[in-house]
Amino acid sequence: MSAVTVEAAGADSANQAPVRRGKGRRWSSFILPTYTWVVIVYLSLPIFVMIVFGFNDVPGRVSAKWYGFTTQWYRDLFDNVELTAAFKTSIAIAIVSSLLATLIGALLGLALGRYRFKGSGSTNYLVFLAIASPEIVLGTSLLTMFVNAYTFIPQGFLTILISHIMFSISFVAVTVRARVQGLSSSYEEAAQDLGANPTTTFRLVTMPLIMPSVISGFLLAFALSVDDFVITSFVSGPTVTFPLYVYGAVKSGIPPQVNVMGTILFAVGVLAAISSAVAPALSAKKDARRLAQDRATTEAHYSSIGK
Amino acid sequence: MADQGKPSLEDLVESSVTALGGGVAPQRLASRRKRLVPYGLAAPSVFWLLVFFLIPTIYMGFISLGSGYLGDIKFGLNFSNYVDVLKTYDTQFIRSVVYALIVTFLALCIAYPLAYWIALYGGRRKNVFILLILLPFFVSFVIRTVQWQFILADNGIIFGPLKNLGLLSENFHVLSTPIAVIAGITYNFLPFTALPLYVALERLDPRLLEAGRDLYANKVTTFLKVVWPLSLPGVFAAFLLTFVPAVGDYVNSQVLGGPKTTMIGQIIQNLFQVNFDYPHGAALSFILMAFLLIGASLYAKVLGTEAVTSAAGR
Amino acid sequence: MTGRRNTDPAWLRGMTMRRMSRRDLFKAGGVGAGALSLGAILAACGGGGDSSAGTSSGAIDWSAKPAGTLDFANWPLYIDKEKVDGQLVRPSLLQFTDQNDIEVNYREVIQGNATFFGKIQPQLAAGKSTGYDLMVITNGETLTRLLALDYVVELPTDMRPNFDKYAAPSVKDPAYDPGNKFTMAWQSGLTGIAWDPKQIAELRPDNPTITSMNDLFDPVFAGKVGMFGDNADMPNLTLLGMGIDPTTSTVDDWNAAAEKLTAQRDDGIVRQYYEQNYINALSNGDVAIAMGWSGDIFQTNLSGDSEGLQFTVPTEGAIIWTDNMMIPKGAAHPVDAMTYMDYVYDPDVAGQMAQWINYITPVPDSKAFVMGLYQDTGDEYYKNVAESPLVYPTPEDQAKLHTYRVLTEDEQLEWNGIFQPIYQS
Repeated sequence: MSAVTVEAAGADSANQAPVRRGKGRRWSSFILPTYTWVVIVYLSLPIFVMIVFGFNDVPGRVSAKWYGFTTQWYRDLFDNVELTAAFKTSIAIAIVSSLLATLIGALLGLALGRYRFKGSGSTNYLVFLAIASPEIVLGTSLLTMFVNAYTFIPQGFLTILISHIMFSISFVAVTVRARVQGLSSSYEEAAQDLGANPTTTFRLVTMPLIMPSVISGFLLAFALSVDDFVITSFVSGPTVTFPLYVYGAVKSGIPPQVNVMGTILFAVGVLAAISSAVAPALSAKKDARRLAQDRATTEAHYSSIGK
Repeated sequence: MADQGKPSLEDLVESSVTALGGGVAPQRLASRRKRLVPYGLAAPSVFWLLVFFLIPTIYMGFISLGSGYLGDIKFGLNFSNYVDVLKTYDTQFIRSVVYALIVTFLALCIAYPLAYWIALYGGRRKNVFILLILLPFFVSFVIRTVQWQFILADNGIIFGPLKNLGLLSENFHVLSTPIAVIAGITYNFLPFTALPLYVALERLDPRLLEAGRDLYANKVTTFLKVVWPLSLPGVFAAFLLTFVPAVGDYVNSQVLGGPKTTMIGQIIQNLFQVNFDYPHGAALSFILMAFLLIGASLYAKVLGTEAVTSAAGR
Repeated sequence: MTGRRNTDPAWLRGMTMRRMSRRDLFKAGGVGAGALSLGAILAACGGGGDSSAGTSSGAIDWSAKPAGTLDFANWPLYIDKEKVDGQLVRPSLLQFTDQNDIEVNYREVIQGNATFFGKIQPQLAAGKSTGYDLMVITNGETLTRLLALDYVVELPTDMRPNFDKYAAPSVKDPAYDPGNKFTMAWQSGLTGIAWDPKQIAELRPDNPTITSMNDLFDPVFAGKVGMFGDNADMPNLTLLGMGIDPTTSTVDDWNAAAEKLTAQRDDGIVRQYYEQNYINALSNGDVAIAMGWSGDIFQTNLSGDSEGLQFTVPTEGAIIWTDNMMIPKGAAHPVDAMTYMDYVYDPDVAGQMAQWINYITPVPDSKAFVMGLYQDTGDEYYKNVAESPLVYPTPEDQAKLHTYRVLTEDEQLEWNGIFQPIYQS
């Protein structure tokens, strides 16, 4: 009993030590974890297949038969002109759209999370609608707007860019908003008390505090943009992006380079996610170490004085 | 647990000034500029969303009442388009709803234990598990669907060996059946189901579970009486965020499906991009949008408007 | 204007001497010479530049010199490719560039008629350039619509001596474009039945040969039949299979065909409705018999993706369709396009293309070039191509071939309403 109360009193949710007792132990320490791993493997199955078959020595298009191991597709990665062009287009659109979407979406997230203002309710609702709308509705409505003579925009790179920014804004805003809501405003108040003006406060206090979520939002927007198929298929006009190319190639046969490119995108995503998760922990360790050093120096100083 | 009640900076300034008995007018002047700050921050995004989300949706509403084909669309008030479209495609519509319900139910069943274990027992490695779940979704969903087509091929890496061993008949196939489509859609939407559940379960105060056990409830009762009711907002959010997009999916049924698995998303895509029949396509699209609006309002009514906006929070 | 220098058969033959197998070709992934130029990138960005020889509003000056660039949109696997010195090239395009100083930006961007139309329609409707000077569209609903909406440039009749001299009678003055005012045939193909002899023999040992349309409806093949999911091949071929000539069929005939097709689907005979991907399904065994196109079987057997697949013209007859070259309105380099369009009707050039593409060439006289390749190399392959009725059909063969029904806008609506629900169930 006492152990439990101590635990309950001293822990916050992130570091809550799991409580195990009695019969429940079988579930919590065996069945459920196993189940979790099974699901994770199930979710990753197509990825494994993609990575493995990027090394398949096929004579033509992707095939289920294993012909042998080769790294040829990694060497001849850009042999297929149309595929390469599509890949480059996807990356370009993703970079530009996620930068812009992160910029204005983070500001929106800050506004929604920190301030209460007239229209914040409707804005929140608008953001929710944009996230929850079926992609096909978003895509078709954008299409009808772009083909209209009055609001005509030639379909292609620009229209895809516009559409990607549109759906990314909501995701970035929501990510940043969640973080901002969890922050107390006492940091900013302390800065203001110490004489900082609003701009400096924003630059030196607010921004670093919300930066992790901004980066998460950016990564999310980037992944969404590279991945987007439905909306892009409606507004792309003659431009071909990577997912569009793959979908078209389903009918005529998929070049093996597709598996390789998918593997590369996946690896980049993994690295980005890991580094964004590890970096704050690393810098926290660095700060803790420096703090300990400072303390040691101070103590040494005082004790030497005391002597 | 309400996180909307955070006092803003201006509120604090205002209240402290009032407490000091100072006049209101000069402070009003000073805080007016501060009051504009959120509007300034939000303006670019809201503008973008209005112009490229709200307006196109409204415009599509107009087109849905029109007639004609791409290149020659005439505006009108043909509400009959909606009737036509529901009558002609009723089978596909019902099928899409049924599939989406099955998918959502399956996804909830799969994701709930997952979210439960990670949120309550994941400990320090919670984020790692969430990352592992999200990792596959760094790869384009078209590629993942195509990989499933590859994996589930009649004589592919799963069924080929099974057939060679005689465990399955030669004619057995999963592709081109509703099972493949439902499995594909469930797979694609699993994170949309898992994340809201996880967020809701993670917010649970573990001390409530302790309290339950202290009061002699066993695990099952604790779950039914404590965990489940508190996670309901997450369940509803997961339902909404899975069901609505699932109804409109078309890639899975296109790639993995066969005759008699056509979903309404395919019909819409076909109307727009093969028949160029924009008015009828827009009508169908708008009906899908209506699903979302009805679902969101129901959700808001049942759980309060706050729940709607935080439902999307991940 | 065309062919300032005579085509050099020896040069072309030389290019094809080191003919590599289709296997190697697919392995290498298909690099094309001069494909990723600035022009192509601009086209990809969805807006071509202003035209030089004419605009969509103004008349085209056909007597102007070619601009030196040609933006050509085509279907995949539809032009000759060879490996020369380790590099993948398109010999017929190279020679064209050589002779006429015109760079060709060859883009294999057409995956379907309707989808391609959807991509270029907005520009055409707004009077802007599509980014392409030349495109290839099959006869049917899309082509009829392009002509009806006036999205295609009318061709000058005095700039195609090769066409006038060498084009087969069947592609001259077609029903869908009388007088070839707007189009010139690229290649033709047959829609018939493609099948896997091994699987058929297993499923129906007492009658292992496919001869008739009714084989597609045979219950013994339940779950192993593939049909096209479209409004052109499927209905027309089914009508033909019922002994009805599509070009004179009535609405009652259409309804009868639809009934037959619906029964076929509801009885579980059809595994799936395909587009171009029927060939994958056939190769990997998902289906044993399917509606198919003549050239695909050639190509897939050669590439090693499958073995021994057969293509049959049903006894009731097969459909012949034609992919046509045309110049979209607003094309920036129409004179270059016209130069190319006539260039491909030179018999040697046509032969060079025919030996690779393996569809029905519009230039019967090109047979001599292909036989010449056989004599030079002794490779049986060339002989097979030259003697194949799927590349060079004889008059008797042609008697069994029928074209699509040409439909007016209203008829098309009714036709679609009858047949689309079958595969969109």
